Amino acid sequence: MRALLIRDLKLAFRAGGGFGLGLAFFLIVVTLVPFSVGPQSELLSRIAVGVLWLGALLACLLSLDRLLALDWEDGSLDLIATAPLPLEGVLSIKALAHWLTTGLPLVIAAPAFGVLLNMPSGGAKWVVVSLLLGTPALSVIGVFGAALTVGIKRGGLLLSLLVLPLYVPTLIFGAELARRGLDGQSTQTSLLMLAGITLGVTALMPFASAMVLRMNLR
Amino acid sequence: MLMSVSNLTVARGGLPVLSGLNFVVKEGQALVLRGPNGSGKTTLLRTLAGLQPPIDGLIKGAEDMLAYAAHSDGLKSMLSVEENLTFWAQVFGQSDIEPAIDAFALPDLRTRMAGTLSAGQKRRLGLARLLVTGRPIWALDEPTVSLDAASVALFARAVQTHLGNGGAAIIATHIDLGLTDPEILDVSGFQADPETSSSSDAAFL
Amino acid sequence: MSSLWEYANPVKFLRLSERVLPVLWITAGICLVVGLVWGFFFTPDDFRQGSTVKIIYLHVPSALMAINAWLMMLVASLIWLVRRHHVSALAAKAAAPVGITMTLIALVTGAIWGQPMWGTWWAWDPRLTSFLILFLFYIGYVALWSAIEDPDTAADLTSVLCIVGSVFAVLSRYAVLFWNQGLHQGASLSLDKEKNVADVFYQPLLVSIAGFVLLFLALVLYRTGTEIRLRRAQALIRREAAVHA
Repeated sequence: MRALLIRDLKLAFRAGGGFGLGLAFFLIVVTLVPFSVGPQSELLSRIAVGVLWLGALLACLLSLDRLLALDWEDGSLDLIATAPLPLEGVLSIKALAHWLTTGLPLVIAAPAFGVLLNMPSGGAKWVVVSLLLGTPALSVIGVFGAALTVGIKRGGLLLSLLVLPLYVPTLIFGAELARRGLDGQSTQTSLLMLAGITLGVTALMPFASAMVLRMNLR
Repeated sequence: MLMSVSNLTVARGGLPVLSGLNFVVKEGQALVLRGPNGSGKTTLLRTLAGLQPPIDGLIKGAEDMLAYAAHSDGLKSMLSVEENLTFWAQVFGQSDIEPAIDAFALPDLRTRMAGTLSAGQKRRLGLARLLVTGRPIWALDEPTVSLDAASVALFARAVQTHLGNGGAAIIATHIDLGLTDPEILDVSGFQADPETSSSSDAAFL
Repeated sequence: MSSLWEYANPVKFLRLSERVLPVLWITAGICLVVGLVWGFFFTPDDFRQGSTVKIIYLHVPSALMAINAWLMMLVASLIWLVRRHHVSALAAKAAAPVGITMTLIALVTGAIWGQPMWGTWWAWDPRLTSFLILFLFYIGYVALWSAIEDPDTAADLTSVLCIVGSVFAVLSRYAVLFWNQGLHQGASLSLDKEKNVADVFYQPLLVSIAGFVLLFLALVLYRTGTEIRLRRAQALIRREAAVHA
């Protein structure tokens, strides 16, 4: 298992591995927002938290179609499936590797990008907390989508279509938590719900992912 | 006896291709699968490897005993030869990759990225992976594709050594590897009859 | 011994549906005509909402069926995964476009009703939002069916998607409620009789709902029959190809 994590991390950091692409995409989304809604700093600061969440979510989505498709194309997915590793564990590790290479950098970069959007002071803390709690769920749900579409040629668009509706609860509670935290409202419900979603999907989703991956490998 | 197969029916894309297969694989024995393209050799090997369920029949003893090598080698082009092998060794709970590197004449390529290897070298690396799995039964699908004569000899020697150590091999191949008295199984004698056999389509016919 | 599972056999199912379908079409037609004509022309205008209230005879039944169609797909998916009855998987596939249409009707009639009532075509009201999300789930489900060539694999994958999607749809519903409390009026139908809409509106509404339920059943039966025949044709083609190979 550890070998798989190390391999996936190595592959992500080497040339062509795509590390940093998600981060760059996140930056571009944040840059484009003022172009589309106008440069008024008061407006930007009101939507900053939401834009950061949406940008992070889209950046997570971007790298999902490579997550299993590459291993599928070169045959390693077949070989991993016949190895003495439980497929549920393999997919959990894949999700962890995806989060470490995509989700975590987004969490770290978000406060800096918040500056571009005139995010009010005090917002950075809540953006980091909410993304830290929420992005693991995005990776785990994303692995399910990747496993579902792995056998489909050019499944990237379909993957987005399937995964984005599943992201809705995470996005709502995540962005709500950050917004409420910033406004000084009660954050308890959204905090608990967001943490609950992340824990719940981390515990259960790999079983569904492994199930659909086995169906696809047949 | 390492593994036995009784009354096995395998299907490809919902249609049965082979049926009524019975064979056993013993220690030190090589089973060579023959048959024209599309006759179901790959499907049979994938079923034995547990990648797809059989439609009918029993496979005994294959679980966690079988190392499967498909058409594609499952190599990562951005990892070196050594890293690729080490990864598979760790996945299978092994640690020593030196015998595999020696057996397939890879010492000089050790630090090369797998992506820069030639097709034949990649194949050799893919086959070296079998040695680091530590599993007794090898299930090989056209293992000699893109290998030159010298590499085929290396491969044959590796298989022979594996058999000598009490292992076994099921090989779909058309060339004579010069193994000592291999069992030949021609699958063209077991073609499933699409008119009669059970499949997931049967309910609709 | 006869049991319900007998009709999991495609041939038996087709024979049954051929007998049942004419009855379903006719009763659905009668209920719809009676319910809608009664509702539109023979009920008084609401004292607050005027004649716009009459859109509930389309809005409420279609919204109900939008959810029920998904529930039916969920049950059919579970049956397919557990018992592997082909008819079940194909019925789920057949229900999805009907469900999409119902969702779309509910959304459009909701917008038309919302315009005079709330002064806007669209509001991010929890119910409307939930239906929009349901609509997205339907689209994903149908897209996955059409993207996979092997029919059994497609049935397997869409079944799991339907189950996982159901969990997330419920989660989204609560998330949306938490996110925005909304301006939608309370449920038009509930077991608590006091809160219901007045009886004059209520009776034609029930007839209309019955019509929508029957129409849904008829459409799903009919479309399942089509899917079974299509699958049969594919099976024959594949067998031919295998025989001549």
